[in-house]
Amino acid sequence: MSEPTRLTIAETRDALAEKKFSAEELAQAHISEIERANEALNAFILPTPEHALDMARASDARIAKGGAGALEGIPLGIKDLFCTKGVRTTACSHILDGFEPGYDSTVTQNLWDAGAVMLGKLNCDEFAMGSSNESSYYGPVINPWRRAGSDAPLVPGGSSGGSASAVAAHLCQGATATDTGGSIRQPASLTGTVGLKPTYGRCSRWGIVAFASSLDQAGPLTRSVRDSAIMLGAMAGHDPKDSTSVDTPVPDYEAAVGQSIRGLKVGIPREYRMEGMPEEIEALWKSGIDWLKSAGAEMVDVSLPHTKYALPAYYIVAPAEASSNLARYDGVRYGLRVDGDDIIDMYEKTRAAGFGAEVKRRVLIGTYVLSAGYYDAYYIKAQRVRTLIKRDFEDVFEKVDVLLAPSTPGPAFAIGEKSGDPIEMYLNDIFTVPANMSGLPGISIPGGLSGEGTPLGLQLIAKAFDEEMLFRVGHVIEEAAGELPTPDNWWSKS
Amino acid sequence: MKIDDATVRNIARLARIKLDEGEDKTLESELTGILQWVEQLGEVDTDGVEPMTCVTDRQIEMRKDEITDGGYADEIVRNAPERAGNFFVVPKVVE
Repeated sequence: MSEPTRLTIAETRDALAEKKFSAEELAQAHISEIERANEALNAFILPTPEHALDMARASDARIAKGGAGALEGIPLGIKDLFCTKGVRTTACSHILDGFEPGYDSTVTQNLWDAGAVMLGKLNCDEFAMGSSNESSYYGPVINPWRRAGSDAPLVPGGSSGGSASAVAAHLCQGATATDTGGSIRQPASLTGTVGLKPTYGRCSRWGIVAFASSLDQAGPLTRSVRDSAIMLGAMAGHDPKDSTSVDTPVPDYEAAVGQSIRGLKVGIPREYRMEGMPEEIEALWKSGIDWLKSAGAEMVDVSLPHTKYALPAYYIVAPAEASSNLARYDGVRYGLRVDGDDIIDMYEKTRAAGFGAEVKRRVLIGTYVLSAGYYDAYYIKAQRVRTLIKRDFEDVFEKVDVLLAPSTPGPAFAIGEKSGDPIEMYLNDIFTVPANMSGLPGISIPGGLSGEGTPLGLQLIAKAFDEEMLFRVGHVIEEAAGELPTPDNWWSKS
Repeated sequence: MKIDDATVRNIARLARIKLDEGEDKTLESELTGILQWVEQLGEVDTDGVEPMTCVTDRQIEMRKDEITDGGYADEIVRNAPERAGNFFVVPKVVE
């Protein structure tokens, strides 16, 4: 029996059923690991060990009575964007200092109802705005992976950097995350983990701190495709409290794992072969194509002509929605307040002190593109382009079952390497943003290592509500790629 | 579109964010850079294309107009930086 922290969720489920260890012992093993590792990785901004042990003991009682849920006793980390009842929730922003929600988000409540155990709150970019986890008020998260022969700290990607780093370093068995433009799939790619962004409407957004409401979607970060399917099954479902959550049955996602892909048509979108694309990304993509061909799938060359416009359109739509959503942080109802000469002065000083540089940039861009005289030229134009981007996908899904592309334009980069230029940072999401703009599900699966010895992910995109296709094809990639080598553990104190 | 100093200060005012000395200069060049980059959308022919209003094709259902929640004002004001009973306290607005 290997260490409980080394197991996947599926393996742990069996081990708990066979009473190889208790949920309390499992939680304790992870709590100890977080204590040893968190100083170096900064993945958890608020570990909740007492909470975890209470939940684990309740799980043990349910297991003893024979009433175990789908995630009974499974220790998870929760991105700080999800409201957790009585547990500080800040979206890693100074402006939400000390906020303790009186309720759980629907997704976290669904996880607790399935028996999951909360280990604590995970670091992320402030309000999920970033691709490197460097914009968090609580400082950057460090990737457990390092370049071969180097000690330089690398970013885990973002915005769900804490989720990705914690799962990759075995501090938790799975984590919740959110993806507005790539914030689950990009960090998964950079940390050698599996990250799924479900179809818009598959998971409730209720109780998740809003960034861009027409794009935000919650999903799981895990160490295997099967674990991703297990977690999504518990997270997903209709919620009357979110009118955009869809009332369609949640399938048995795990049943899709291991199904044959013989005869499936896999689209290879030619526009994803960007100018100046590194050779190793090209090679990784080619490996993916070969693996799926050997498993009996047919490759189809397809075109998504508006791909290059997805990112600039996103940087109008997302900041516009963010500027509106973040208007609620005014120093009145929760979080930080900085006193001023009058109420306007109080608002302005509170928001100046409470928001970090990237959040201010996006709120200001959003305010500008929504302001009188510019609304049609920017916002309406971007929404028209968005219609075209979605239409591109509808056209290709007439011909193919799933699309295969790289997840990211490159591997993990060093802290500080890209934080000087906003647009260079935004380009990290070039392959992930189109799925958000179209509401489609996408998954990133580890495909291999870069020349620097760090992970790279392959991305699959499917039709709306066909997450099963992602698990089915994703598992074939996972098997063919084989398990990545484990990074040397430099982060745990003895 | 070049964003000048006055425009930065105007949108910061609209967004209720006070800018420090020097912060407006940095934002001037950053916002100009971002807006010039997004202006490549001008290349796309969008004549006759409807702007997207909802990404899902599913019809959102009407719910019954009824009270389903509430009755815990104390819980709502619990996180307020300043409160008086079940009220939020703000600086004086009306003289």
